[in-house]
Amino acid sequence: MKKIIHKAYWNPDKEQQWLNELAAKGLSLSDYSWCRYVFDETEPGKYIYQIELLEKRPGNPESDLYLHFLEDAGLEIVATYMRWVFLRKKASDGPFAIYSDCESKIRHLNRLKNFWTGLVVLELFAGFLNLGVSLFYLLNTYLMTESEFPWTNCIGGLLCTGIGVVFFFTLLRPVYLQIRKLRKEQALHD
Amino acid sequence: MPESSERGSLTEAVYYILLSLYQPMHGYGIMQTVGEWSRGRVILGAGTLYGALNTLLEKNWIKTVAVAGDSRKKEYVITEIGKQQIEDELLRLDERLTNGRRVTGGDEG
Repeated sequence: MKKIIHKAYWNPDKEQQWLNELAAKGLSLSDYSWCRYVFDETEPGKYIYQIELLEKRPGNPESDLYLHFLEDAGLEIVATYMRWVFLRKKASDGPFAIYSDCESKIRHLNRLKNFWTGLVVLELFAGFLNLGVSLFYLLNTYLMTESEFPWTNCIGGLLCTGIGVVFFFTLLRPVYLQIRKLRKEQALHD
Repeated sequence: MPESSERGSLTEAVYYILLSLYQPMHGYGIMQTVGEWSRGRVILGAGTLYGALNTLLEKNWIKTVAVAGDSRKKEYVITEIGKQQIEDELLRLDERLTNGRRVTGGDEG
């Protein structure tokens, strides 16, 4: 039996946790496309899932070599979406971690950090630009009596700035803190 | 003395990967072997292993060998340079162990 759930996640940690909770109950992800999760009914706890951000999109020779390597190493590629890849492994084969030492964990976290930084900068840029237009109107209000206050810019600007701030605190900052913790750990262990 | 002995220790992952490659092996085999040798203590993540293998290939500490009958599947094997790294590491480990036992009193001598 297949089950389809439409859901939007922007935090891959939460998404991964959700997928693993469902897998533990017997719903195992078998495909993903934009906000659409396809599940197969399996025995509860059969698979463990992990989500990884690739350096380059699937289809790029480097990424394909890497994905083949993962498959040869016993992982199953459930779905790819842009640079994201959903991986799973049978729980009976033991614990599942793609990265097992500080250095490679940091490398993956840096990839996430750059990805979120791009999004946050984009949102804040769009936000400030639109708020700037609104502010410019207020400053010149006596000169531009005929035109209306640019509500679209003002609301859009507030929205984009808000999203940028939320992304900063919920996505970028946790990754940054994780990297910092691992760097300290690295002074003591591999 | 080769200059490599002046550099720091190998990481545990690199040490075990190199050691497992005295026999030609593919990725999955390396993970299995290292897991067995360390009695499940060192479980190499596939992503970590992939990164380490590429670094070792770049440094010529290991090389790839073609697998008969399967053009896609690759096996890896240690090179002479790689073996030298292991030899140097064994000296460092030996020194660490000797000093550790002497100070903690674990050594009768």
